[in-house]
Amino acid sequence: MAARAIWKGELTLNSIKVPVKLYAAVKDQTVRFHILDQKSKTRVKQHMVEPDKGQEVPHEEIQKGFEVEPGTFVILDEEELEKLEPEASREIEITEFLPPKAIPPEYYDRPYYLGPDGDQAAYFALAEALKNKEREGVARWVMRKQPYVGALRVDGDYLMLDTLRHAEEVLSAKDLPRPAGRAPERKELAMAKQLVELLKGEFDPKEFKDEYRERVMEFVEKKGKGHKPRLHLVKSKKKTTSLDKVLSKSIEHLKKQKKAA
Amino acid sequence: MPRKKTSKRSVSNNGDEGVRGARPFWSGTLTFGLVSVPVDLYPGNRTNRAPLRMLSPEGEPLSRRYFSQKSGKELDDEDMVRGYEIDKDKYVVVTDEELERLAPEQSRDIDLRRFVPLEEIPPLYFDRSYFLAPSAGSEKAYKLLAETMKKEDLAGMATFVMRGKEYLVAIFPENGILRAETMRFADEIRSPKEIDLPEKKKVPAATVKKFERLIAKHSAKQLSLKKLKDEQTEKLLKLVAKKRKQHKDIVEVEEPKREEGKVIDLMAALKKSLAGKRKAA
Repeated sequence: MAARAIWKGELTLNSIKVPVKLYAAVKDQTVRFHILDQKSKTRVKQHMVEPDKGQEVPHEEIQKGFEVEPGTFVILDEEELEKLEPEASREIEITEFLPPKAIPPEYYDRPYYLGPDGDQAAYFALAEALKNKEREGVARWVMRKQPYVGALRVDGDYLMLDTLRHAEEVLSAKDLPRPAGRAPERKELAMAKQLVELLKGEFDPKEFKDEYRERVMEFVEKKGKGHKPRLHLVKSKKKTTSLDKVLSKSIEHLKKQKKAA
Repeated sequence: MPRKKTSKRSVSNNGDEGVRGARPFWSGTLTFGLVSVPVDLYPGNRTNRAPLRMLSPEGEPLSRRYFSQKSGKELDDEDMVRGYEIDKDKYVVVTDEELERLAPEQSRDIDLRRFVPLEEIPPLYFDRSYFLAPSAGSEKAYKLLAETMKKEDLAGMATFVMRGKEYLVAIFPENGILRAETMRFADEIRSPKEIDLPEKKKVPAATVKKFERLIAKHSAKQLSLKKLKDEQTEKLLKLVAKKRKQHKDIVEVEEPKREEGKVIDLMAALKKSLAGKRKAA
């Protein structure tokens, strides 16, 4: 099943151009519900209304405003908003290259696969060079009226472009106070280390499954057939005992599990 | 899940309640082995810094309301249900309680069942960022976990159900604080094969060399945050400031309507939570 490209552009580095197609790398599997009118079990309509009068305001009459202080808006018309839009372009300008992990995880937003658009030699050569040099490119481009900054990476033989969040959108732990409370004791640290090591492994994405999604879908299917599936009761939590007792119990427990496996 | 419905009953916030009224986004339990650490979850990303409100021709802020397609009547929260479309126009209704009860108790805990080197996780898995803060009384275990992970240079992996959705997270320490990065599940990532990208062809070594030279030439050690500046929002804010100064296109409404939910300072709440001054609920 071939996917459709969502956009076409040209990676640009100095005067070299590598034409590419963008493909979404993510397929959202979230179970989507619709809001229904309880009485008729039909879909609802949404309208923007004046809250006091309950009167619907048609789309073409809606204005957009920025609230500068509570209750005070500066209106921006379509023309003004259009003027703010960046100039459309096909260029994906690579500005620099960084060592891997120079970009912290919290900056990555949405990943896209890049495929060659015509010149396959240049595409695969760039991917190979990035792989050999172990570098990640930083690129900027304008797509669908939005300016983006992204990371150009390799995944196997292929190029990927991950959009990055703006600096203003990422909160840093550096701006936060360190948590209060006393520092852990040596004995506790030794046991916690042992515990963590028992659970240490390689990253394997297949190890984790969205079981809840499966459960919801199974439930929906059964209910759709007129069955009444049984459900768990939600219980409240128990209390726990002292930290080092729990730590040593956990280690014992995990060791046993490992032996049994 | 449908987006949070607009509620006529939602509380208005006049601002004087301040941090005291601010609640964490979600509260839960982080577990490793049999150790459990009650934690509060706060967003680590801030999106749409300059949201535009929709206004009537007179400048009145508008609200989103729901109407029946059949009767055309306006619907309240209690008149609406959540439905999954199993056939065209045929829905199975699923209640909040059913969704709640579909998550077994242990699935609500953030159980760190695997520790991996953070560098091993390909960035394409990362989705959104959150901070975990210790709930009152859990500072000791929290600090122990954060320090151990830092020393071992490991991230903890877990899945947990929050508000009708299961999340995969990587949790790692940053400045003594645990960051939780939600991740995409393996079946939410396409492969190059699925997209049908062409097989790699042999490429001329000279072309590869040429790119390698360019990469070396344009290499930097660190990411400059200047590159990630949100210029678009800056431009918008500048225009707004200019028009305000010129008293152009300004409307004032009597009382701001806060129907889209409380605007609370989560940062302040998070800081307070970390400082440990909060009393147990």
